[in-house]
Order: sequence, then C-alpha cells, then structure tokens
Amino acid sequence: MNLLNISGSPHVHSDESTKKIMWRVNLALVPMLLVAIAYFGLNALLVSLISVVSCVLFQWLIEKFILKVPTTIWDGSAIVTGLLLAFNVPATVDMMWIVVIGALVAIGVAKMAFGGLGKNPFNPAIVGRIFLLISFPVQMTTWPQVGGLFPMSFDVVTGATPLGAFKEGALPEGVTFMDAFLGHIGGSLGEVSALAILIGAIYLLCRKIISWHIPVAFIGTAFVFSGILWLVNPETYMDPVMTILTGGIMLGACFMATDMVTSPMAKSGQLIFGFGCGLLTIIIRNWGSYPEGVSFAILIMNCLTPLLNRWCKPQRFAC
Amino acid sequence: MKTFRMGGVHPEENKISNDAAIEVMPVPAQMVVLMNQHLGAPATPVVQKGDKVKVGQLIGEAQAFMCANVHSPVSGTVLKVEPCKDAFGLAKPAVYINVEGDEWMETIDRTPDIKRECTLEPKEIVAKLKEMGIVGLGGATFPAHIKYSVPEGKKAEYLIINAAECEPYLTSDYRVMMEHAEEVCIGVSILRKALGVPNAYIGIESNKPLAIAKMQEMARQFEGIVIEPLKVKYPQGAEKQLINAVTGRKVPSGKLPIDVGCVVSNLGTSFSVYEAIQKNKPLIENILTVTGKKLPSQHNYIVRIGTTYNDIIKHSIGELPATTGKVISGGTMMGKAVVNLDAPTVKGNSSVLVMDEAEARRNPETACIRCGKCMHACPMGLEPYLFSALVRNNRIEEAKEHNILDCIECGCCFFSCPANKPLTDEIRLGKNKVRAMMAAKK
Repeated sequence: MNLLNISGSPHVHSDESTKKIMWRVNLALVPMLLVAIAYFGLNALLVSLISVVSCVLFQWLIEKFILKVPTTIWDGSAIVTGLLLAFNVPATVDMMWIVVIGALVAIGVAKMAFGGLGKNPFNPAIVGRIFLLISFPVQMTTWPQVGGLFPMSFDVVTGATPLGAFKEGALPEGVTFMDAFLGHIGGSLGEVSALAILIGAIYLLCRKIISWHIPVAFIGTAFVFSGILWLVNPETYMDPVMTILTGGIMLGACFMATDMVTSPMAKSGQLIFGFGCGLLTIIIRNWGSYPEGVSFAILIMNCLTPLLNRWCKPQRFAC
Repeated sequence: MKTFRMGGVHPEENKISNDAAIEVMPVPAQMVVLMNQHLGAPATPVVQKGDKVKVGQLIGEAQAFMCANVHSPVSGTVLKVEPCKDAFGLAKPAVYINVEGDEWMETIDRTPDIKRECTLEPKEIVAKLKEMGIVGLGGATFPAHIKYSVPEGKKAEYLIINAAECEPYLTSDYRVMMEHAEEVCIGVSILRKALGVPNAYIGIESNKPLAIAKMQEMARQFEGIVIEPLKVKYPQGAEKQLINAVTGRKVPSGKLPIDVGCVVSNLGTSFSVYEAIQKNKPLIENILTVTGKKLPSQHNYIVRIGTTYNDIIKHSIGELPATTGKVISGGTMMGKAVVNLDAPTVKGNSSVLVMDEAEARRNPETACIRCGKCMHACPMGLEPYLFSALVRNNRIEEAKEHNILDCIECGCCFFSCPANKPLTDEIRLGKNKVRAMMAAKK
C-alpha cells in the first residue's frame, strides 16, 4: 500500500500559472513587433532581439552570481520587460548598444534589486526607458521616419514624431488619423500602430490577463481632457483623436499601466490609477518640457499603487 | 438564471458517477460508531460491553445542547466502548459492535410504501428530528433540531434546500433526486411545516437538467415547493451564496442565515427527514459517491454509517489503484484528505473520492505577482493575498480587522492563484490564530 498525500482543501487547481500569463503577454506583443519590423526593418528586429537577450542574460547573471537562487528566466517575465523596453525606444543603430544599458537598469535596478518578479514597485521597462531618456536625450529622440515597407538599410532618414513636431509648432503635414491608427508615423519602435496594440490588448482581455478598467480609464481620461483643451483652443492643443493615437498612450495604457505587479488590484483602484495616468500624460505633454509624458505618468502612478491597494478594497459580500 | 453576485470559479465538473444508480452496500462484520458525528459535543454512550443492540437502537444520547443522538446502524453485540481514530487521525469516543444478523427495531417502517401524510405539529416534528439524530448532511453536520427551532424574536421566511451540488465529482444528491424525488418533496414539505414558511426553494445547478425536470414534475404535486435552477458556478451551494442567489439577501458578517429570515438545509437532509418522520428511521445510513478518474468503475452507494473507508473501497473497486495519490472525503474543493482508511464513515460523508498521484500533486509555489485573481475569485469579497502576507508575518490582529473570519474556506483563492500560493491553508491557519487570540482576550 502506497502512502497517501494529505493536504488542506482545495485539492484541485485552475492550472493557471505565472509562466502562462507571461508567455501570453509575450504572444500579445508579437503583432507590435511585426508592425515594427515592417516599418523600421532590420533595425527594429535587432534592437528588440538585443533588448530581450540582455534582459534575460542580466536576470540569469544576477540570480546565479549575486542572489545565488534558482534561475527564473523561463517564467518569461524578463522577455516581457525586454520587449517592452525595445518598444519604447527608437529603432536606430545607436539603440543597439544603448538598449543594453536600459536592460541593465530595468532588470538590475528596477526589478532584481527589489527582490525580483512581484516585488518591484515600478514597471521595469519604464524605469529603463526613463533612464535612457535622461542619459541619452539625443539618441532617444532621434526618430526614424517611416518610408516604404520592410526597409533593408540600417541608415534611415530621421525626423520628428507627430508629438515632437506639434510641440515645436504644428503637426507634420499629411499625417492622417488612418496613418496614426495603422502606425505609419514616426515614434518608438512598438508604439506606432494602434491597431497592432489593440489586437494584442483584445487577446489579453479575452485571456483575462488584463481587465478593461485601466486602459479605458487611461485612454478615456486622456481623450476627454485633451478634448476639452482642444475645444478651448484648437490652435494650441492637439485634437483628442490624434492625441490618443500618437505617442505612447495606447501602448502605455494597454501594456505598461496594466502590469499586474505595479498596478492596483481592486477595480476601483484600477479606475483611479488609469484616470491619474491619463491626466498626468496630458499635463506633461502640454505643459511639461518633454513632448511625451506617458512613461512619467505611469511611473508616478506606480508610486501610488500601494496606497490605492490600501484605499480601494473590494466590495465585501456582507458588512 | 439565478446565481450569487460576486466571485466564484468554475472547476472541472467531473460528474462521472452521474449515471451509477444507488446500490446497497453490504454490512461489514464489525462496526465502529463514533459518538462525535456532528457539530458540537459528543453524544454520551448509553450501551455497555456485552449489550445486544438492534438496527436503529439509540446508543449515544445527546446530553449537551449542541449535540445529536447516535443510533446503531447494525444489530449485534457491543464489543467495547473506547476511543477510535477518525478519518483525520483524531481519537473520538466510539462504540465497537460485532455484527450479528440484521435485526431492525420494530418501530421502523421498512415497507417500500411512500407515506405522504404528516399529521405532526411543528414542535413534534422538531422533537422527532432530535430523537432520530438528524443532522445537516451538507458538510457541517449541524444538528437539525437546533436549526429548526427558530429562536425567540427571529422569523423564518424562506426555506432553501441546497441541491446545487456545486462540488466537482459528487453525485449523491443528484442520484437521490433522480431516484427519490417524491420522498425528497415530502421531506421538504415536512421541514416547511416545521418552520411555518409559505415556500421552500430547491436550488439545483443547471448542469443537472434531468434532475431539474424530475423535481419540477414532482414539485407540482406538492404545495409550496419551488425549483430554482441555478447558474453553474462554484460555490453556488455555499450557504451564504445560495441565500444570496435565491433571495438576493446577504447574511451579515458574523450572523446566521436566520438573521435574514432564511433556513438552509441540504437535499440529502430532506431525504433523511422523510425517513425519520414518516418511517421512524433514525439517521443510520449515508448515500455516498465512490468516484475517481482512474477507478475501474464509478458508484453511488447507500452505506451504513460506520462502515470503514477500507470496507467501502474493498467492496466497490477491490483495492486502490497503484497510482493513487489522495483519498478525499467530500469534493475536490472543500473535501478533506483522509489520513486513516481504517476509520469509520460518519454522518454527512458524501463521497470517497480517489485522486491520482498526478492529480493530487500541488505545483511549486512562485512569487505573488499581485494579479488580484484571488481577490476577484473570492465570493466573500475578501483579500486572500493580504491574509497570506499577514498570517506569514504573524500579524493576526490586522488579519482580523480585514475580516479574515468572514472566509468560508471555499478554496476559490488557491484554485485561481497563478503563483500556487496555498492561500486557503494560510487563511485557515490565520482564522485559528484569530480565534485563539480572541479566546485569550476573554
């Protein structure tokens, strides 16, 4: 007679795992990567690859030699960070070495220094991006212009993003809503196509990895707030549709602000979190010194997450 | 379709023993009857070594308030009266009986006739429930005579019968509905009369369409029985969730169903109520499911209470498969893992569930990624992740402030946790510590 296991109930599990969640997020990021390769060519592929490989490598090195714990690189979370970091930088040759520094900051400082997955207060990819933006302001704002599909050359024509151009005075000529929706605009590697982002986001929604609360509150607030400003003065302020389609709002709202670890858990907290992100983004875009404010907005709201978790309790069944 | 409002999960249903008709399990050669088969104090043995007993004879008397009578499930000679280890390894006072023949008390009506008329007054019904040792068969084994004595100042408005059977694998209630619909309806009518409520609601999960149809047809012949199909969602059959689903009311924290005018009984209880009131048959038999994915056959049995797990396994499937990992009494979500297969079954046991090694293994725990799945799965609107952290750090006072005692231990949090954190285990530990802390303060 073999020995029986004993344990407390329940004796079954949903089969859900962190690993599955992370790999599904990676899958959801694929459409953006494909669009980036289509518009920015090999540069996009190489920057993404280098970013992912460095993130995974740094995590492995830190776990093996500094923390001396079993490696967790197969849970896929370092790949998520690597992809998101790459998606937040321009697809240029310079980035192929700069992004390695970003990966070190993202994984080493923002993630592992706090104790690894689940314990980081800030979104690692955003910390990495902001570090690069402050340290390499020129390279981080040198945007390749989208030409034809699948450019094979490493040398690219650079120019301003719609947001950058608007900050300087006016939108680049001929940029339509459809261009912005499909991604035919300048910008960071993964943020250009709202369509690709929506495909990924819908997949995550169906898989119940994200809920609608943060993206809708984030994009909705940005839309309404920028709409009010635009109605007041269409000369100075960008119209709301262009506002949400350009820059990092879509990517930030669907993939960065929804990071489970650094966003609130209760639905009410998520709505406040999304609202704060949207509000801060528009404030920074219009009155800050940077043309784009999504990263800063999310980083600031990350700080409030523990507080929101404390304030926003789920509704109890019975009081 | 009605359902409870918040949280819940949907585990694999695995009702593989659905079509196995109820069989009668033979009486074993020796029987151990525990005196503590219910919530509350153990019954006091009223037989001694050498006494002859008949089937249905009182052998343990309820002397405390929260207690229930225990009757002999077999006829024979009392071998000894001494403690016996129960299925979970705890020693309980027990009466050992050497089985001789199968001689029943003359008072018990063993004819197959179904008796519909019940002329007893509510008070008499409750007294008879007490005499017959009826307890709730939904899991908590709460003595029925206490539940159906509505305290002064409280008023029952709803009688709710739990036939949700939301636990995976379990099919005993389903089989009772399919085979004894009339008796169940009579039992429910008797309980309705005892409470003096206009309607009784029988909640059945909609994954049992045949049972719903059968009960609906039968209920038409009775006054005041409403069949309520419920959405398939675990824990639909948990007392507070079922009340919420059927009436929309919510039992406040720390209160009882009667505080919102509800009394909830299990379907199996209503069947035993019928037998007790109409047939004078005390609670001496369980209807239980023997099931498991790797078992050669699936069964539903009517078993004399006190038959050991080993006897049941031996009769039903011969022996446990070599790859058996766990034997559970109850369903996979709230059932208890059996430690001692030589232990006798007790009132309220609903299954012998055999899980394969692979099925019984827990995945290793990883870091919490604060996904909030536990919180959204919690049908009580609590924060399991927070309890886990508080209990691990022994911050018991705070766990109490965050209402850890509201937890019904349904297991939805652990079930849905992607990090495989043993949340339910930790909460259980936390609840015990909170109770100990409160007791120490008094």
